[in-house]
Amino acid sequence: MAGTLSAGDGRRAARLLAPAYLWLTLAVFLPLSAMLFFSFLTAAPFGDKPVEATLSNYRAFFETSTYALLLWKSIKLGLWVTGACILIGYPCALVLAKQIRGRAREALFLLVILPFWSNSLVRIFSWAIVLRGNGVLDRALDAVWPGDVRLALMFTPAAVVIGLVHSYLPYVILTSYLALQAIDDDIVEAARSLGARRLTILWRLVLPLSLPGLLAGAVLVFVPVVGSFMEPRILGGRFGTYYGTVIEDQFVAVFNWPLGAALSFILLAVVLLILGVSSPVLRRGMQ
Amino acid sequence: MNALRIAGLIWLGLVLVFLYAPILVMAAMSFNASPFYQLPFDFSTRWYEDLASNTAIRTAATRSVLIALAVTVIATALGTSAALALFRYDFPGKRILQVLLFPPIAIPWLITGTAMLIFFFAIGVGRGTPAVLIGHVALALPYVIVVVNARLVSFDRTLEEAARALGANPWTVTRRVTLPWIAPGVVAGALFAFAVSFDQFVVSYFLAKPGDSTLPVLIYTSIRKGFTPEINAVSTLIIVGSMALMLVVARFFSFGGHR
Repeated sequence: MAGTLSAGDGRRAARLLAPAYLWLTLAVFLPLSAMLFFSFLTAAPFGDKPVEATLSNYRAFFETSTYALLLWKSIKLGLWVTGACILIGYPCALVLAKQIRGRAREALFLLVILPFWSNSLVRIFSWAIVLRGNGVLDRALDAVWPGDVRLALMFTPAAVVIGLVHSYLPYVILTSYLALQAIDDDIVEAARSLGARRLTILWRLVLPLSLPGLLAGAVLVFVPVVGSFMEPRILGGRFGTYYGTVIEDQFVAVFNWPLGAALSFILLAVVLLILGVSSPVLRRGMQ
Repeated sequence: MNALRIAGLIWLGLVLVFLYAPILVMAAMSFNASPFYQLPFDFSTRWYEDLASNTAIRTAATRSVLIALAVTVIATALGTSAALALFRYDFPGKRILQVLLFPPIAIPWLITGTAMLIFFFAIGVGRGTPAVLIGHVALALPYVIVVVNARLVSFDRTLEEAARALGANPWTVTRRVTLPWIAPGVVAGALFAFAVSFDQFVVSYFLAKPGDSTLPVLIYTSIRKGFTPEINAVSTLIIVGSMALMLVVARFFSFGGHR
């Protein structure tokens, strides 16, 4: 119906849209462009130092293996966390969508989603209290299984994974649940009356039909985890150096903004690539 | 009740334990007298009493609330009008405008936050509360537009046409017909905007001036300096508050929960 707009309607539409999109341009799209520009400079153009155009910030990424290895470490972290979220979250969504009915389902669903909308920093902090040496988890384990059993999870990569799974698990449950709920119970019933076993129904019918939702959830977990820095800092200790923490350092500790901008932009390219490849699935999953 | 169903319920129960146990432990420890979380548990409200006299935390908390309120007003107003325009009018480039809502949500906040820091320095805004406010509104806007739009989908367009045919001008139509119908969506969007701003850490961390920070940034710097039970107490208050807020949202806006 494009082009059928009268001049008056066009003005009204523009008046309603302009404030929001000007704001987004000023606060998101121009900054992203500025970052791209910055990443090709020798220094931040605020001081007295002469500023020149350079590729050295990108060369730093490709010539030394340090940054590439850290990016790979962050991607691996993303895969671990996403995998764990799927294995834990999908069965959970299945139970919620297909087994529980009525008000109990509504209440349980809300209970699962609720932590997701509370402060993620505080939730990571709460894991630090649980996992710390001689902390609550150690004490509880000691009570169940006396002896010198020490988990010593705090400040290990495992602690980072646990914290991140806790942060992002509700995403997978939410998107899988929405997809599973849309599956007509009559189809499942028909398959059963034709003699299909439960596992066959799950594997051949329910899983393929809910796959877009599951994959949408996986992308929504993977992307922020690759860029995470607060969680590794708090829970990872000396194992907590990831690609995200290196970018953070460039901006708050080392003050090499152009290098930070280049590293951020490489991460953005990776993220956009992933979003681009998965966008057909995402669109179906969001419907 | 067969074995598979029972296993499913146990699994769901374990997931809920995983989600809530650390929060409950943190809440319990905020009432423990020992500053090093030593057990046995010794009930005390001293950390909450200390909180009342801790001016750094109180100033940061006040700043966070004020910023979140401003973000709520601005993002709700701009977001609702944009959602209305996207719903009412068909025009070339509408698809692009809708797609443009996703970068602020989908790009990791680390990238958005550092990009904002660079840009705000370049144009002279610098770090500080104005920068935080501008950033938060941009992050909250897409949520408001999406939530209000979800409510608009169920709106019967002919109601607007009927009102217009009866002689109402566009503003009257919006105020007397459209807005009352989408009010629950607008309220839910406003609450989302408040939550996005109040809980926001990453973008605030890069945009807030050191020593002039929001509550989450203050908590992060305190955690990195060492554990303090006062942070524990204020964290407990935050999590209780934001969960209560989301229960209110759930009243206004179904998350696709029932059929």
